[in-house]
Amino acid sequence: MTMPSATIINQGDVAERREAGGVPALAIDGISHSYGTRRALDNVSFDVQPASFTALLGLNGAGKSTLFSLITRLFGVQNGRIGIFGHDIGRAPGEALRLLGVVFQPRTLDLDLSLAQNLLYHAALHGISRREARLRSEELLARIGLADRAGNKVRNLSGGQMRRLEIARALLHRPRLLLLDEATVGLDVKARADIVGHVRQLVTEQGIGVLWATHLFDEITPTDDLVVLHQGRVLAKGSATRVIAETGASDVNAAFARLTMQHSAARSSES
Amino acid sequence: MSVTTITPARTGFSANEYLTCLTGIVWREGLRFLHQRERFVSALVRPLVWLFIFAAGFRQVLGISIIPPYETYIPYEVYIAPGLMAMIQLFNGMQSSLSMVYDREMGNMRTLLVSPLPRWYLLFCKLLAGTAVSVLQVYAFLAVAWFWDITPPTLGYLTVLPALFLSGLMLGALGMLISSGIKQLENFAGVMNFVIFPMFFASSALYPLWRVEEGSPWLATLCEANPFTHAVELIRFALYGKMNWISLAVVGGCTVAFMVGAILAYDPSRGLVRRGPGGEA
Repeated sequence: MTMPSATIINQGDVAERREAGGVPALAIDGISHSYGTRRALDNVSFDVQPASFTALLGLNGAGKSTLFSLITRLFGVQNGRIGIFGHDIGRAPGEALRLLGVVFQPRTLDLDLSLAQNLLYHAALHGISRREARLRSEELLARIGLADRAGNKVRNLSGGQMRRLEIARALLHRPRLLLLDEATVGLDVKARADIVGHVRQLVTEQGIGVLWATHLFDEITPTDDLVVLHQGRVLAKGSATRVIAETGASDVNAAFARLTMQHSAARSSES
Repeated sequence: MSVTTITPARTGFSANEYLTCLTGIVWREGLRFLHQRERFVSALVRPLVWLFIFAAGFRQVLGISIIPPYETYIPYEVYIAPGLMAMIQLFNGMQSSLSMVYDREMGNMRTLLVSPLPRWYLLFCKLLAGTAVSVLQVYAFLAVAWFWDITPPTLGYLTVLPALFLSGLMLGALGMLISSGIKQLENFAGVMNFVIFPMFFASSALYPLWRVEEGSPWLATLCEANPFTHAVELIRFALYGKMNWISLAVVGGCTVAFMVGAILAYDPSRGLVRRGPGGEA
């Protein structure tokens, strides 16, 4: 299938980085996925580098969550290849998932367990000993400012606190790649800013590669890497600055509007 | 400043990691059970109602002759006690599967399934955890039943333990296999009616098979082929320190078959696709 003329793929970015920096944190190569006859993803390819913040921008229904389900092995890969630090998710899922932390869009905390119990359970699922898990849990709860609530039930937390706890949980086994799927949906402005700031800090301080799926333009900064996903296709990828420049737009919002409009026009002319 | 250090990822998992994962899943299942007190109470009340009301009413109607493993005439309450123990496990096995459908729909299963350990092992741990909870329920039932003159030999409380684990695993695996074919939570209630009640009534839980045979030979054959009958008999014999080898073979074989089927058939995308992964598709 040919790409519509509107597609901007800064292949140079990826190729240069691969040559210079070695293995990407996440490599998506030619991924397609269908639900029955409906195609949710169509030949999606991009990389996420270690110590980088990559925003996966797309409207609801663009295929972001499907892609996340494939990266986390919840769905089997139908076409293409997904590598996490060089480990193929299909062939070596254990090695790949060990390096991956994930925050799903729906809440996946056990509301009837305490904060500490949720973290200890997650640690056990990664084979981390109880003693080590306690140490890491205390450290992470302190870092997200919830140490004094370690024994409280999760259902008593606010939405923003739950999200922070989910991020802490995703970091408990010390992954090198973090996926966050619409992590700020339903949160107030302050909670959103806190969470975005916290994740950006993880990139700069701990060198974690982050794939941040969102439909909110204001969460993207010009220095971020950007992947624009629309109707299952990648319309543009590269640094946000470069995508904006190449579309001739003034900001991400306008660039997205132009790309999707051109895509729709190209599709209607195809049909 | 970036402090990225790329260290080679370890391959494989140690026995300790497998064990930690298993204990973690069992611990979590235990905690959830403790938090759901009404589940514990209803799990206990159901067999006790059968014991106190049904058995009391039927003891005058249904005389039990001397049949293995019993060495003398026994009251009807004593006869149905192993059947009620198996009933606890049957309900618990199906309820655990129900919770898996719920967890799949609500997204909690994702936490489990993104663990790096093999998926078959994670599902096995989940089954074992559910079984451990059902065994606790059975012992709680036996404790109450003791006051109702259900007093098996002291050693029987110990010898029945492996039988309970095996039958619990079989019924849990059956529940998981059934839940694998269910697309949404609402469908499960219907399936329960077609599984739990036929399995329970077409078995030796409430009446010995020779009595069934007198009334309907084909029904007796059906009961004989019912794996739940063999779970009941395995528990009955083990409770009296004896072994029913045929039942052991049937329950063991069915456990392996159901477990393999459940693991192969388990598809985490089933609950996600209906409303889309994370709310979208």
